[in-house]
Amino acid sequence: MSDRPQPSGRVVITGVGAVTPLGTGVDVFWPRMLAGESGVAPITLLDASEYTTRIAAEVKDFNPEDWLDRKEARRIDRFIALAVAGAAMAIEDSGFKPSEQEKDDVGVLIGSGIGGLTYLGEQHRRQIEGGPGKVSPFLVPYMIPDMASGYVSILNGFRGPNTCVVTACATGANAIGDAYHIIKRGDATAMIAGGTEAPINELGLGGFCAARAMSNRNDDPDHASRPFDKERDGFVIGEGSAVFVMEDYALAKARGAKIYGEVVGYGMSGDAYHITQPSPDASGATRALKMAIRQSGLRHDQIGYINAHGTSTYYNDKLETLAIKNVLGEQAYKTPVSSTKSMIGHTLGAAGAIEALVCLLTMRDGIIPPTINYEIPDPECDLDYVPNVARKARVDYTASNSFGFGGHNVTLILSRGE
Amino acid sequence: MSQGILERVKKVTVEELGVKEEEVVEAASFTEDLGADSLDVVELVMAFEDEFSIEIPDDEVGEIKTVGDAVSYISKKSAA
Repeated sequence: MSDRPQPSGRVVITGVGAVTPLGTGVDVFWPRMLAGESGVAPITLLDASEYTTRIAAEVKDFNPEDWLDRKEARRIDRFIALAVAGAAMAIEDSGFKPSEQEKDDVGVLIGSGIGGLTYLGEQHRRQIEGGPGKVSPFLVPYMIPDMASGYVSILNGFRGPNTCVVTACATGANAIGDAYHIIKRGDATAMIAGGTEAPINELGLGGFCAARAMSNRNDDPDHASRPFDKERDGFVIGEGSAVFVMEDYALAKARGAKIYGEVVGYGMSGDAYHITQPSPDASGATRALKMAIRQSGLRHDQIGYINAHGTSTYYNDKLETLAIKNVLGEQAYKTPVSSTKSMIGHTLGAAGAIEALVCLLTMRDGIIPPTINYEIPDPECDLDYVPNVARKARVDYTASNSFGFGGHNVTLILSRGE
Repeated sequence: MSQGILERVKKVTVEELGVKEEEVVEAASFTEDLGADSLDVVELVMAFEDEFSIEIPDDEVGEIKTVGDAVSYISKKSAA
């Protein structure tokens, strides 16, 4: 390890990058999100004609050859390519240029809920059709979820802590939270952290169709993802990535970095209830939100915006609403809560990272993105969901919830930058 | 015959290794000159198997170090 100052104990975000169904790059997707556009459309990445769900939020403007050499771009699993692009944009945005020696203290923690399912499916088919000798030597490295972190470290020479988190749809939030802990305790001076997912393939679609978790509104894709609306009928699967450059506050200040915001609370809990359903009293989500707020030391009325997990499933939206009321009490009705999944679908392991990014941009620009497709109120979902139209508001602190199959609950609280 | 094989070996190599066609000369070594690592070589050999509908046993892969080696190995196999 290099000789370096004591950690300040504060962790800030100094660079951001994202690939989303509303576009590649923050400057592309953010205006479209504020305009309330939907990124949901009929599936093109595979022939979905035989599946009960035939719509998804695909990334339309992404070309792996823009981010990787031709050999790798041709064959690498999409989840890794999306992470490489997100990381490259974040590093460029941050202006962070560590010396060779300092790179020993820069780590990578980019999670994926599933990993290289497209590559796994293709190679499984090759083995079934041609026998074991037909399986690619790249099956294992391109399938394992930790390869996003591994690959980004190799491309950039970052030799600090290199790891991965896999907590289904809470992955992206856990990755940012765990990276915050790593920097806070001084094990790294900076981390490249976030989430990535590319689940729109035969096995991914088949699995989620079988779980009856997705919207079947195939004839009306723009209106399929409708969190908190009474006629919601499941989530819309999406893909993408969001990656942050996170740094020790004192070091970021010393190099004059632009600061998007600071991590001030990271709450976690487990439901210990069911593999896919949230606990019926929302106790797990309640405890994660409570823990994050306690760490932040904030009063409830200081949280100016909650980016909901808001998947558009019956149970999530009802029970997340309950969790917010459990913790905030009367203040819950005065706090704007929106689900940006209404526009970009559910990007699974990338979702928590994309939504943390949405929180930072909300604070930066003073505007809260809407929940689109909110038409018919549900008596069980009775908060202010910022329906259909973005709203100007000064926001100094945000909370973002993420929940994953397995009963993983995460809340991140971020404060505005300087 | 072997001219046709060379062209097809070149095509597969360009595709698999992402190299320029003019680099794929008979004397070029896959690992030394064309940037292939050990995993790339396995993938490349599998692509030759598919392209030429042949089997290349693991203990014969070592014979294929250059583009020219691949052409003569495949010519021999295809003639057999």
